[in-house]
Amino acid sequence: MSPNELKLPDYRELAPAVAARFEKIRQRPVILSIRDLKKSFGTNGSTHVVFDHLTTNIHRREFICAVGPSGCGKSTLARIVAGLDEASGGEVLLDGQAVAGPGPDRGMVFQGYTLFPWLTVRSNVMFGLQMSGKAPNTAEAEAREWLDMVGLSKFENSYPHELSGGMKQRVAIARALANNPRILIMDEPFGALDAQTRCQMQNYLLQIWKKVDVTILFITHDLDEAAFLSDRILVMGTNPGGVREFIENPVPRPRSAAQFISPEFLALKKRLEEHIHPPVETEAAEKLPMIKLTEAGDEVE
Amino acid sequence: MAQHDWLGLKQELPRRRQLQLTVLSFVLPLVLWCVVSYVPWVWHPLIHITDPGAVDYFSEGLDIPRADFYKELAKAKAAGQALPAGYLVNPVYLPAPHKVACAFYTAFKTPPRLQDEPWLHQSLGHSIRTIFLGFLFSSLAGLPLGILCGSFRFFSKLQEPFIEFFRYLPAPAFGALCVAILGIDDAPKIAIIVIGTFFQQVLVISNSVRKVDPALIEAAQTLGASGWKIVRSVVIPASITDIYTDMRILLGWAWTYLIVAEVVGTMSGITLFINQQARYRNFDNVYAAIAMIGIIGLSTDMFLAWLGTILFPWKRKNRRSLALKREWFPLFDRPPVKPKAIPKSESEAHVAERIETA
Repeated sequence: MSPNELKLPDYRELAPAVAARFEKIRQRPVILSIRDLKKSFGTNGSTHVVFDHLTTNIHRREFICAVGPSGCGKSTLARIVAGLDEASGGEVLLDGQAVAGPGPDRGMVFQGYTLFPWLTVRSNVMFGLQMSGKAPNTAEAEAREWLDMVGLSKFENSYPHELSGGMKQRVAIARALANNPRILIMDEPFGALDAQTRCQMQNYLLQIWKKVDVTILFITHDLDEAAFLSDRILVMGTNPGGVREFIENPVPRPRSAAQFISPEFLALKKRLEEHIHPPVETEAAEKLPMIKLTEAGDEVE
Repeated sequence: MAQHDWLGLKQELPRRRQLQLTVLSFVLPLVLWCVVSYVPWVWHPLIHITDPGAVDYFSEGLDIPRADFYKELAKAKAAGQALPAGYLVNPVYLPAPHKVACAFYTAFKTPPRLQDEPWLHQSLGHSIRTIFLGFLFSSLAGLPLGILCGSFRFFSKLQEPFIEFFRYLPAPAFGALCVAILGIDDAPKIAIIVIGTFFQQVLVISNSVRKVDPALIEAAQTLGASGWKIVRSVVIPASITDIYTDMRILLGWAWTYLIVAEVVGTMSGITLFINQQARYRNFDNVYAAIAMIGIIGLSTDMFLAWLGTILFPWKRKNRRSLALKREWFPLFDRPPVKPKAIPKSESEAHVAERIETA
């Protein structure tokens, strides 16, 4: 049975506990404020506008997921917030200060692991601390704490190439968090992992997020992942590019895998599906003009 | 399955087989040389006269083309005179393997013909010194410049077009100029090696530096690194293994310029030895000297390759295979400090600070 055939509640209906939580979040200070942000490629003549008039506020310790089809500019948004790309217009304010260039107050976790291969796991985590001029001994003690938190103390002397993909990404998270960033930007961090590891990593991430004072902007194309992790979901689209909707996630916390079949989850998922795969497109791609190349009676279905 | 496949496309061979093939790669040309030298009916175009017989222009010890010898032999037979005798040999410029092998030892033991001429080991030492100094001077300038050009577009655009032009100028063309400026001793020779190596070095190294994964630089930026700190703690360590390989290749390059360099001004080093031995027609010594260059080059390179596995432990496939520990050579990574006992209360306070009691 597909979610479409189920009687689902409205995804905008929030349970009282969930609504109360959002009320509390709204009362927290705004960490990241995006004002009228615009990004376009190409020079005058043929410009391609990725998104325009993107305005939103993200509160302290919120978990925001950005989803959208490929090419909608969700990664570009993450890179602009991180300071790695320049916006074509508008501005990004972190704690009221305009963002210019990358800095340690905005940690980033990339899809490709980007650990420094010449450093041990511990030294990777120490990197940011040493860049900010901390004494080596303090940096080392703190790095150990962070490795403890992501459960990799045993591997502190290993090199990144000796770790699995999931472990590498945990080190990357520890490395980013060690700087005590105001916001952690994660650009499809689990995209390269297999399904089991990804699920495990999502649980790790929620655990870490609970323990650390950090706001998360999480870019993904996996709708389940977005629905499982987020407080709010920023849905972006193409043609024309921009924000389609900013959905408050109705699934109550604490989250667990059992919620994947809860009505709120399915309702949210259905809404996201409608945004990402408009019904018209799927119809057209359904029937393939295939000539049968097998013998009669030799059916697989 | 894969165990039986010697010719698997792009497939890694077992270590044993790799070793066998390595040995074979040296044995094959050696076998070819032995066949040509020791099997009488293969090549051997000359006949070494042991008894001139009645042929008036033959003399003992002379090498005569085979056809001429048989013609004279037939003539002598027809005339009923004393027959010339001899055996098949190769030309003097292709000595047999055992002679060259002996030369490896005797060349070191034979005193030079003239009082002021160098012994072989002195010649070799002189050549190695020339190479070393040439490569050192070239690297002192080329390495930093290459890293600068690779890291900053500014330096790349400022330097590389000219270097690109200059590297096409053959180093030996500067021979006369170098002698005019630097005299006839070692200085112009070192200069030729520098000219031959430096320009390639800058380009090759800047290229390796440019290949550094930009994602690593971005990661470092989001961790608070900027400017020179990025060059020092990301760009250089990320490209150091490639630079090291480049340097090994360039050192081989420097050796090829050596022979050209050593004829500039007063001939010196191994080139002088080779030229003199060729003049005395001691071709076994010539081959031995040439082979020595190869042996010195190859063993240096093998040593550097081994050194690389110690300097760059993160490139090691199995780092437990080597007895040497990384901690002894902390190149970019500081050795671990014994975990200092953090007061429990302090570390808890540190975490508690970040925990929001929600």
